[in-house]
Amino acid sequence: MAQMAKTVVMIAPKPDQAPRVDQVGVDERVARFRSRSIKKASKVEALNLVLSQIDLTTLEGQDTPGKVRQLCQKAMRLHDSLPDIPHVAAVCVYPMMVAEAKKALGASGIKVASVATSFPSGMAPSEVKLEEIKLAVGLGADEIDMVISRGKFLEGKYQEVFDEIVACKEACGDAHLKVILETGELGTLDRVRYASLLAMQAGADFIKTSTGKIQPAATMPVTLVMLQAIRDYYYDTGRMVGMKPAGGISKAKLAIHYLVMLRETLGEAWMSPDWFRFGASSLANDVLMQLQKQQTGIYQSEDYFSKD
Amino acid sequence: MNKAAAPHTLNFDTGWAYSPAPESTDHVHIEDQYKLFIGGKFVAPKSGKYFDTINPANEKVLARVAQAGAADVDRAVTAARDAYDTDWSKMKPAERGKYIYRIARIIQERAREFAVIESMDGGKPIREARDVDIPLAAAHFFYYAGWADKLDYAFPCRTPQSLGVAGQIIPWNFPLLMAAWKIAPALACGNTVVLKPAETTPLTALKLAEVIEAADLPPGVVNILTGDGSTGAAIVNHEDVNKIAFTGSTNVGRIIQRALAGTDKRYTLELGGKAANIIFADAAIDQAVEGVVNAIFFNQGHVCCAGSRLLVQESVADEVIAKLKERMQTLIVGDPLDKNTDIGAINSAEQLERINAYLDLGLEEGAEMFQCGGKNPDKGYWCQPTLFTNVAQSHRIVREEIFGPVLAIQTFRTLDEAVAKANNTQYGLSGGIWTDKGAKIFSVGAKMRAGVIWANTFNKFDPTSPFGGYKESGVGREGGMHGLSAYLDLH
Amino acid sequence: MDKTVKAEGRSIDSAAPRETQSAAKSASRGRAKPPATTRLGVAKTYKLYINGKFPRTESGRYFTVVDSKGNIAANMCRASRKDFREAVLAARSAFSGWADASAYLRGQILYRVAEMLEARAEQFVTELKLMGVDKRTASREVTAAIDCLVYYAGWTDKYQQVFSAVNPVASSHFNFSILEPVGVVSVLTGQNSALLGFVEAIAPVIAGGNTAIALAPEQNPLCAISFAEVLHSSDVPAGVINILSGYRKELAEQFSSHMDINAIIANSNDASEIKIIQEQAANNIKRVIIRTKPIAPDPYQIIDVQETKTTWHPIGG
Repeated sequence: MAQMAKTVVMIAPKPDQAPRVDQVGVDERVARFRSRSIKKASKVEALNLVLSQIDLTTLEGQDTPGKVRQLCQKAMRLHDSLPDIPHVAAVCVYPMMVAEAKKALGASGIKVASVATSFPSGMAPSEVKLEEIKLAVGLGADEIDMVISRGKFLEGKYQEVFDEIVACKEACGDAHLKVILETGELGTLDRVRYASLLAMQAGADFIKTSTGKIQPAATMPVTLVMLQAIRDYYYDTGRMVGMKPAGGISKAKLAIHYLVMLRETLGEAWMSPDWFRFGASSLANDVLMQLQKQQTGIYQSEDYFSKD
Repeated sequence: MNKAAAPHTLNFDTGWAYSPAPESTDHVHIEDQYKLFIGGKFVAPKSGKYFDTINPANEKVLARVAQAGAADVDRAVTAARDAYDTDWSKMKPAERGKYIYRIARIIQERAREFAVIESMDGGKPIREARDVDIPLAAAHFFYYAGWADKLDYAFPCRTPQSLGVAGQIIPWNFPLLMAAWKIAPALACGNTVVLKPAETTPLTALKLAEVIEAADLPPGVVNILTGDGSTGAAIVNHEDVNKIAFTGSTNVGRIIQRALAGTDKRYTLELGGKAANIIFADAAIDQAVEGVVNAIFFNQGHVCCAGSRLLVQESVADEVIAKLKERMQTLIVGDPLDKNTDIGAINSAEQLERINAYLDLGLEEGAEMFQCGGKNPDKGYWCQPTLFTNVAQSHRIVREEIFGPVLAIQTFRTLDEAVAKANNTQYGLSGGIWTDKGAKIFSVGAKMRAGVIWANTFNKFDPTSPFGGYKESGVGREGGMHGLSAYLDLH
Repeated sequence: MDKTVKAEGRSIDSAAPRETQSAAKSASRGRAKPPATTRLGVAKTYKLYINGKFPRTESGRYFTVVDSKGNIAANMCRASRKDFREAVLAARSAFSGWADASAYLRGQILYRVAEMLEARAEQFVTELKLMGVDKRTASREVTAAIDCLVYYAGWTDKYQQVFSAVNPVASSHFNFSILEPVGVVSVLTGQNSALLGFVEAIAPVIAGGNTAIALAPEQNPLCAISFAEVLHSSDVPAGVINILSGYRKELAEQFSSHMDINAIIANSNDASEIKIIQEQAANNIKRVIIRTKPIAPDPYQIIDVQETKTTWHPIGG
């Protein structure tokens, strides 16, 4: 894909190439997912899967190397009384913290994801964004979470948005590129659907809902529309693209319903950390509490689970 | 873009399966035997006969219910007439309304019990009984309760008068909801009622009798008679009944209309359908596919307004059919009481036989059949969701109401062709249109000869929304302000 | 179909009144022989009105209408079931055009019918007088018929507003119910009013966008057939109203049994006829409207032959 960009002018898909989306229909489908009752063994299995798909995230101005180290500890040792649980998929930090995270995680197998491209606003010249990506990758980031230029998208400058993603993908080298659409700023599900197509055609490895800095962040309707975009893109090209809802998913029950949605929209192939992630900071603890409850039969208190 | 042309398919046979999530039944009480509800009391049938009602998901007997004979019908009509003369027609309309409100409230309070029994007796998924049937039934009583003292505002320049005794015969697909559709407007308009639930699904109507008892309605205002077709015929032919309301097959509706010839009895008929769902190329395809699923697989397709025909524009036909097939793989067929079940049991052995005969017929007619190949439970009556492609307008599976989870798919090229195919039927109950273009919705909607048009949605119901068909799908409307006129004399 | 009738021990044909195919009483068509000095009158031939044309009955049969003095007023076409079938075909093919015509246009056309009737009022008074109605009553009947047409002309673009509904459903949908014409309507008009009753029966049917096949009052059909001439000159599209003359007992069963008729309106007091109509109507679940006594024009008579169509659409972004 990146090589093609050097030799051929890539044309962004046009908005009318994306199918229409009916919001009420999407809401109804989501309500069906949410009416699924996940109990017993299937619940435990789901909770473990959720844990393994979490991008444990800290993206605050007040982040310090110490806080990042703590987060990495948490990522590796989620809860001592639950020995057989998986570790999270990745730790997600700012570029400045990549080196610290990389060092802390060592050979744990947990990936380091770095936001880039003037996260969260994306309001910087393209050259600056590309430099930032190269820097983060250079510091050891396995994954780059970029933001699209929503301003340009809303102005209708789709080709510019597209070209920037293509360039970012190239700048990533071997690192995986997650493209954040910031759906809370796009306004309609039709735009979400089109932006998903745009990002995938430009080379995104993952598409991601939100920065977490804008409300609404991830919602099930938005995620469903993106999953359906991934499915149609897969039908067309055979290339699998991953999905990452981020922001606002803090409860295990909600996360399980995302998995129900994933299972019934994309099926078995996507049911792994390779193809689905939760961008979340407090979700892990709620999942741990639910797992503990499943083991002991007793409802849990937050005070018994470390907050980092 | 013709997406189905791509060889890439998805795998829904996932390692992660949902554990059983059965709705508990320990709060539900079903008697071993039920008598008839006449004149405010449960009384033994003069016929002396009882019959079993079974759970179609496991073929176990749930209870024995009385078989009302002609003498029992006569007793019930007499009770209804007395109640009409002495109480109900004399009561202040606002008070009448308050009784109906009470019924609504008690149903809400006992909603889960009703949902469980509805699922057990009829085979429908608990999710649908819980989220659709029971809340809508309560809402129906709530809506019509409020009309009782406002009837003068519904019909300009008319003074509405109640009719008298209404005989009401309802089907097995939405037992409590259909009882609500019938009883609520009848009572609000000042009539008294003799209601016969379907032979295979009598239990929630009998539970409703308990509610009516608890709401302290004057004895005889609502009478509930269980029985078979002969009971229904006795109600239709009883001389002292003023109005017949029937929901069921067009064939029985025809018999009733004929039987009522030469009498002064008023009637409304809500009969069969063979609705077409039309998907245009510019539709929101994913929502349209979901709409088709709701249109034909809701309640095992035991829905008179089911979208049992799909007309899809040729340029998106492959994509729609491929997506439909993938979606069908995620439908869960099985124990109706499991909260995750999408498709429950077929209502009766007889109905299953009828559906299976149509499946055979479809194959004989040369259509191509698709099922997901799921395994049916050992006991009970089951039909996997089914698609037929390669069908023609002349096929019987396209023309006749199957009343099961069976969809016949045809393609079209132009709007006119779609409309012509949609209307080429003796029925006219409902229709679906899927397009992103507003102007097209109005033009196609106007051309479709059907009483309910769902545009970019399907199988939606509401007490305020009139429901009923054109042509052989019936006479009259139920629901909304329009539903009142069926129970009033406006001259 | 015949079975029903025979089961009651009578045949429709034998019950038909005044079988006149064998011999007419007078060859002078009821007019007195003029004195040699005056001009010989030119009598009108009364024919059927089907699809905007005036054909004779395909059967070649006729029946004689006798005026109040016992003279033959006219030889009327005795329409057959085949004539009726042709009329239904015409009404069906005219239906979509008429139903889709704007309410405004339907109102204009009905008003035009009223204008044409007013212009020819004298002719109808004369015909009514011929049948024994006194002059005052006759002219009152004609003016009432004109006013009836004006009344329904005014309703065409109003009944929808009065009887439609926007329904406040609980889900996120816009839901509205409108009225649409039921389709092709057969009309058996009453016997007691040659013009007014006929106009009152068909005006609400077509005001609401239906097309109609009406049977002229058997014993008094002149005005109804003459009314066809008014329609013909009034921009009413061909096939919207089709008018037959003939024997009611012969045609009532056809009017109620035909599978391509959506509703039947019968002004009738005859219990056995009503029963036959209702039984036959069940063939295709026809809507049956029986009117046992004349009723003054009102919009509910438009609603009687309307279907309610309810449309749902999501409300979303």
